Amino acid sequence: MPHLATTYAAVNALISLGGEKSLPSINRSKVYTFLKCMKDPSGAFRMHDAGEIDVRACYTAISVASILNILDDELLQNVGNYILSCQTYEGGIAGEPGSEAHGGYTFCGLAAMILINEADRLDLDALIGWVVFRQGVEGGFQGRTNKLVDGCYSFWQGGVFALLRRFHSIIGESPTPVDQRGAECSIDNTQTTTASDVSEGDGSSDEISSQGDEHCHFQHREREPLFHSIALQRYLLLCSQDPRGGLRDKLRKPRDYYHTCYCLSGLSICQHSWLKDEDSSPLPRAVLGPYSNVLEPVHPVFNIVLDRYHEAHEFFSRS
Amino acid sequence: MESDEGDEQQQEAERLPLSQRPEWSDVTPIPQDDGPNPVVPIAYKPEFSETMSYFRAVYYSNERSSRSFQLTKEAICLNPGNYTVWHFRRQIIETLHADLQDELAFVGRIAKSNSKNYQLWHHRRWVAEKLGTGAVNKELQFTKKMLSLDAKNYHAWSHRQWVLQALGGWEDELDYCQMLLGEDIFNNSAWNQRYFVVTRSPLLGGLIAMRDSEVNFTIEAILGNPENESPWRYLRGLYKDDTESWINDPRMSSVCLKVLSTKSNYVFALSTLLDLICHGFWPSEEFREAINALNTPDSGPLDSDLGRAICRVLECVDPLRCNYWLWRKSKLPLTVSSQ
Repeated sequence: MPHLATTYAAVNALISLGGEKSLPSINRSKVYTFLKCMKDPSGAFRMHDAGEIDVRACYTAISVASILNILDDELLQNVGNYILSCQTYEGGIAGEPGSEAHGGYTFCGLAAMILINEADRLDLDALIGWVVFRQGVEGGFQGRTNKLVDGCYSFWQGGVFALLRRFHSIIGESPTPVDQRGAECSIDNTQTTTASDVSEGDGSSDEISSQGDEHCHFQHREREPLFHSIALQRYLLLCSQDPRGGLRDKLRKPRDYYHTCYCLSGLSICQHSWLKDEDSSPLPRAVLGPYSNVLEPVHPVFNIVLDRYHEAHEFFSRS
Repeated sequence: MESDEGDEQQQEAERLPLSQRPEWSDVTPIPQDDGPNPVVPIAYKPEFSETMSYFRAVYYSNERSSRSFQLTKEAICLNPGNYTVWHFRRQIIETLHADLQDELAFVGRIAKSNSKNYQLWHHRRWVAEKLGTGAVNKELQFTKKMLSLDAKNYHAWSHRQWVLQALGGWEDELDYCQMLLGEDIFNNSAWNQRYFVVTRSPLLGGLIAMRDSEVNFTIEAILGNPENESPWRYLRGLYKDDTESWINDPRMSSVCLKVLSTKSNYVFALSTLLDLICHGFWPSEEFREAINALNTPDSGPLDSDLGRAICRVLECVDPLRCNYWLWRKSKLPLTVSSQ
């Protein structure tokens, strides 16, 4: 029996492979039929025939429909209402209405809302106010309040900032006027790498002002993500890496492909989180460790390498 | 019809291959079709391959018999994540009118080692729904048992909430939350459940009616552990969609002041105060004094605007979220007094 999780994974895998054999091999009209069958009267989706309904199903369905360019009104109808009903009093999003706010479902809910252009219906201030507190003293993110950090949430939670940065003007909007006070916690000791961390770098970003006055400092901080990117990278590089290769939840947990995928995606998000445009290379100070640590940028909605996403987007908009 | 109860563990040691079982002699097993060029083929154990090959045979022929039913149990034990097998099992249950209490018992036996399996919980929900209101007590007992093993099991909580909404049983739920919070005041799942009960129970008066006593309970929890994020969020949640009442409730700012005065674990107190101010609360002079008294390492005089001053303190005492506090500061409304 077909299932939305496997459908999502397969489509993303094929698109990640890319090329003239992979992309055309997807039978879009059959996928559409399947998605229609999974649609529930409530507006949400089931994971499989007579299967469970939750925010994951909404995301995987909408994500696949969107990237294959088969998303229509019938599919997206009322999805927004369902996801909205899953935002909790904490600010995060739950799997089902009433359940606890959770990182995985928060990512799924927000990404789906962005795809159907209804992100504004969520209380984004509350959402940001929740996600930002999910970063723990270890540098990694926890999935829920008062639970332990886990490497995979580097993407689910960390990705929320990338989503809002890229697709929503709530962060990085023109702020109220310039900060005029004396020196605050400086950029250099809170967010950036130390000299020993960076082996090389061009340092010639046109955002760095030679003057160092408050206005330019502020412009700098505007470019930085709202979470502590360096701390998260530190957690990923020092705690999530398995010495034999692959990545994991945390120390003393076994490595697996799921954690390898999401830890790496999280790391990529961090490295590319300083800038607003997708096309520029990451700033050296945004990257913990040698610049050779830089990963391919991923599309924060689909979690696919950006180049592959563009190829697929172009291919499927032609058909 | 059903084979021995509780034989799930025995199966491995004493298992007779299906090819040697007389009741299966007329069935031709169907091997898995991996296509002409299998890439990364899974190295299944022979027992697994055999079971699934026989499963495919009855699945494709849609044979809903008692031997199929038994087979689905074996397949589930070998791979509880196989949603196709669970789905077929449900179809067999319907056709044979299998005993649903037995089915609950089966799920109950494999639940401990599969407590985070989506298919198991979905199946349980399906069975309970068919049983209807008669299943309430059992389901509340079951989830209580599972939560005693892991008080934050997401599936268990979802199931419990579904039971309450679909089948009822709200009577003792607030007490249950109270008990869990007594065991661990940091259990955010229990706080979430409390919110669920307070807002949705048909036996209580609704959020507004419950609000007063809930505020008092929550404030006590905060004062006991001001570093505990859960009650702070719960407190805010009690005033969801009613900002006016929130900023006008003197207990809100008062709890912030109390915590600030202790000069320790005050991040949430400051954050809450900031939110209050952003929504129109006018702080009196004692708040200014309390913040000054924090003596946070700072270079330069504190801002005359209290909102900005709070942001500055947070940037220093909560450096992980430094950029967030800077952003919050940038969104504060301009005041005449800021130099």
